[in-house]
Amino acid sequence: MTSKTDQALIQKAFQERMDEDELMNCMRCGFCLPSCPTYIESGQQEAQSPRGRIALMKAVVDGLIEPDEEVERSLSLCLGCRACEQVCPSGVRYGHLLEEARDIIAQHKRMPLHVRLVRKFVFAGLFPHQERMRKAASFLGWYQRSGLQTLVRKTGLLRLLPASFRQMERVLPDVPTAKELKNRPHRLNPDGSAKKRVAFFTGCLMDTMFMTTNDATMRLLQLAGCEVIIPPSQGCCGALHGHGGEKELAKELAKRNIAAFEQLDVEYIVTNAGGCGAFLLEYDHLLKDDPEWRDRAAAFAAKIKDISEVLVELGFHQLSLRVAPQTVTYQDSCHLRNVMRTAAAPRRLLQAIEGVEFREMKDADRCCGSAGIYNLVEPEMSMQILDYKMEMAKQTRATTIVTANPGCLLQMKLGIERAGLTESVRAVHLVDLLLEAAEGAQAARGEERIRQTS
Amino acid sequence: MIPNEAKKRLIQIVGAENYDDTKAGRLVYSYDATPQFQSLPDAVIAPRNTQEVAEIAKICNEYRIPIVPRGSGTNLCAGTCPVEGGIVLLFKHMNRILEIDEENLTATVQPGVITLDLMKAVEGKGLFYPPDPGSMKISTIGGNISENSGGLRGLKYGVTRDYVLGLEVVLANGDVIRTGGKLAKDVAGYDLTRLFVGSEGTLGIVTEATLKLIPMPETKQTMLALYQDLEAAARSVSKIIANQIIPATLEFLDQPTLEVVEDYARIGLPTDVKAVLLIEQDGPKEVVERDMKKMADICRSEQAVSVELARSEEEAEALRTARRAALSALARLKPTTILEDATVPRSEIAKMVKAINEIAAKYQLKICTFGHAGDGNLHPTCPTDARNREEMERVEKAFEEIFAKAIELGGTITGEHGVGAMKAPYLEWKLGPAGIAAMKAIKQALDPNNIMNPGKVFAKSTRKRVVVTR
Ligand SMILES: Cc1cc2nc3c(=O)[nH]c(=O)nc-3n(C[C@H](O)[C@H](O)[C@H](O)COP(=O)(O)OP(=O)(O)OC[C@H]3O[C@@H](n4cnc5c(N)ncnc54)[C@H](O)[C@@H]3O)c2cc1C
Ligand code: SF4
Ligand code: SF4
Repeated sequence: MTSKTDQALIQKAFQERMDEDELMNCMRCGFCLPSCPTYIESGQQEAQSPRGRIALMKAVVDGLIEPDEEVERSLSLCLGCRACEQVCPSGVRYGHLLEEARDIIAQHKRMPLHVRLVRKFVFAGLFPHQERMRKAASFLGWYQRSGLQTLVRKTGLLRLLPASFRQMERVLPDVPTAKELKNRPHRLNPDGSAKKRVAFFTGCLMDTMFMTTNDATMRLLQLAGCEVIIPPSQGCCGALHGHGGEKELAKELAKRNIAAFEQLDVEYIVTNAGGCGAFLLEYDHLLKDDPEWRDRAAAFAAKIKDISEVLVELGFHQLSLRVAPQTVTYQDSCHLRNVMRTAAAPRRLLQAIEGVEFREMKDADRCCGSAGIYNLVEPEMSMQILDYKMEMAKQTRATTIVTANPGCLLQMKLGIERAGLTESVRAVHLVDLLLEAAEGAQAARGEERIRQTS
Repeated sequence: MIPNEAKKRLIQIVGAENYDDTKAGRLVYSYDATPQFQSLPDAVIAPRNTQEVAEIAKICNEYRIPIVPRGSGTNLCAGTCPVEGGIVLLFKHMNRILEIDEENLTATVQPGVITLDLMKAVEGKGLFYPPDPGSMKISTIGGNISENSGGLRGLKYGVTRDYVLGLEVVLANGDVIRTGGKLAKDVAGYDLTRLFVGSEGTLGIVTEATLKLIPMPETKQTMLALYQDLEAAARSVSKIIANQIIPATLEFLDQPTLEVVEDYARIGLPTDVKAVLLIEQDGPKEVVERDMKKMADICRSEQAVSVELARSEEEAEALRTARRAALSALARLKPTTILEDATVPRSEIAKMVKAINEIAAKYQLKICTFGHAGDGNLHPTCPTDARNREEMERVEKAFEEIFAKAIELGGTITGEHGVGAMKAPYLEWKLGPAGIAAMKAIKQALDPNNIMNPGKVFAKSTRKRVVVTR
């Protein structure tokens, strides 16, 4: 419950901070309704549509309505997938409105102590610190390897946790050991002559829980002819903070990353997680009111490129690539598609692999319901959206579901479990499949293993 | 306000989950696609079937609670803005296609069916439902019927009215009546079907509709003609029709519109010409080819700088999508977009376009014009900013002159968007006092307590474009 005084503060902050022009730009045509997953899954409730949410935000600014629970409910049920932006003829930047509104509410709402502590721990204590992320990951690794996981699962201790966490626990990837979570190399040479010099954004979660995917990404860049720079002072992108109502922290993280990359003489800053990439791409918006950083942020953002785009540009899909015969479908990461506008490149790469029969699933561009930590905080809606997604995936008869974002990947694994398909279907990150394919082709030629770093 | 007792009874009918009177729940049904209008309903109700609708109507009639039926709220005349409060009636549960009758070529649907969903469903059977408002991905059949919506294919195929064969309607007192049916011929009594089509929710609630389908045309071609002279484009329109060709689509876009549409759609539309015509023909292959060639020749003879055929269906669809997005794309220019709907006989299109430009210049406004040129139905649109009161007054005056001009040329104040609350003050210009009295007599007979969408069609006062908030 938000008290009346909190509501008054929120309202005032809305009036001061929300972009009125952007709110007015929504001409309420409703073009966005059919693309909004929450509108569809809620049985066409206007309050769960972009048009409705914008109207509510504007009504708070206009003083027509207090930011009461219903308003909060509507905003918190939004996935932030930004599918609505793609189809909005008026060009309303909905994502920015939502981010601002959520930040205002999070900052002014008095939350219960335990929620505040958890938030503080996650947002300020964990994510910004790579060494702590590694420790947490190695704890998870220890949990998985020590037999404790088996024990916990057997004893049913997990039943003490909410269902959404329980499900997540089951699909977490096997994390590398503490030793494997060693420090990253700072520079990698291309295979053959250098076609391009690029920097790699390692991310925080990607570099711990999904370390092998990061390794694979760097390896692909080498194979494609890139000299790869990996500045050690980079850190978490801040997307979770930005979307979770911790904008100030997100700004700090942004500055750190900009500083880490701006001295490098590179053509692109390569990302392999749609969620991070999209947030990095909008650093200039995040820092738009900071005269010292605005231009630096824009220069940084201009270099951001998803790995799939870089690979296609360098003709990676013309190399020989091969996997055992399998049917593959691709789940778009919302932010990769709707913000980074990358949809064709991953498909092109997949279709270039020998052995892959690519089948597009219906509504591949619709959010899978993962959306940051949405699946943990809004499990019901999230699972409803996921189940629809799995139905579409099933119809393709795919044995491999490919995604390009860690959150979506975990969600797909969860979906596979829920649909009882663990035996027959796997979910992989695009780059892992690509490396598998490159190795597959090489093995077919009888050459030695391709996987190596530095 | 809804008396407690009425509320209780309403909840009994639809269930608590289908009755919403929270502030936020009401707020999101306080507007439609019309700029500047907003007013809160007292409750929002989603019935599940005709029976429930009838019971709701009875209660509302008893307590004099206004009922505002609502499809997707995409209308542009403040038709679903609850200007006098009351309940907003949603059809989200009543959205099934009940039957596609291939023998009689009809479809029977509930009012909440989305237009495009119906089109796709009948296309799957080789049939065709022609009315295609620009909003077809979102708007409902109930809304289309109640606004008598037209679309890109209106010239050749007519508007929604021409496809409504029969209706089930709940009247204000809760009576359920059926009009028409699957028959192609039926002259038993007054044609109530036509009366309800376009009645904007002021005479009754459409709960079911039987629609006419036609066979899918064999083939279709699309082309784009570019002009450096606005009036030359308008002249081409009259000349094509004077040459006894009725194309399926004949759409007009001027340069400012082209620019924003291209900015949105990015399909390579030319932005350095003064106007374009988007032309389509469908039917048997030979006829289509012959007509397209003739029309291209006519356009060239009217100084079209280029006439190009779409090379593929994707390209053609991109062009149509771009045209449909014109209105919303114009909203990119300024925060408030005021779109009008003046219609003239198509022989007068050139004069009307010219007049609009002169009026815009006189009031120092940017007015972009696009529309269904083949039907004489133009959408002069003014990107403006509601916060600028002074400019808003000029917009008001300019549109008054535009309407006056349309009527002077033998036209009307709205060709497809309806009267609603938006055009109500101008209706008498078109109908005269006797015309208004006849319409009011019908309204009085069917809805004596004035609970069906009150404040629409007939103006209470001379109030025009103002924000109403309750
Ligand atoms: C971008 C855009 C493009 C458009 N293009 C066109 C176009 O090309 N041609 C055109 O004609 N219009 C167009 N429109 C206007 C609008 O889309 C149409 O009027 C449409 O038919 C409205 O459908 P809806 O379901 O949104 O109805 P709503 O807007 O919800 O309602 C419209 C009217 O119908 C009444 N109503 C709704 N359902 C019922 C029912 N079951 N029983 C009784 N009354 C009911 C309402 O009370 C209201 O008066 C456009 C609008 C937009 C925003
Ligand atoms: S498509 Fe854009 S302008 Fe239209 S209602 Fe949605 S957000 Fe508003
Ligand atoms: S961001 Fe996604 S969930 Fe949120 S309103 Fe837009 S389309 Fe709907």
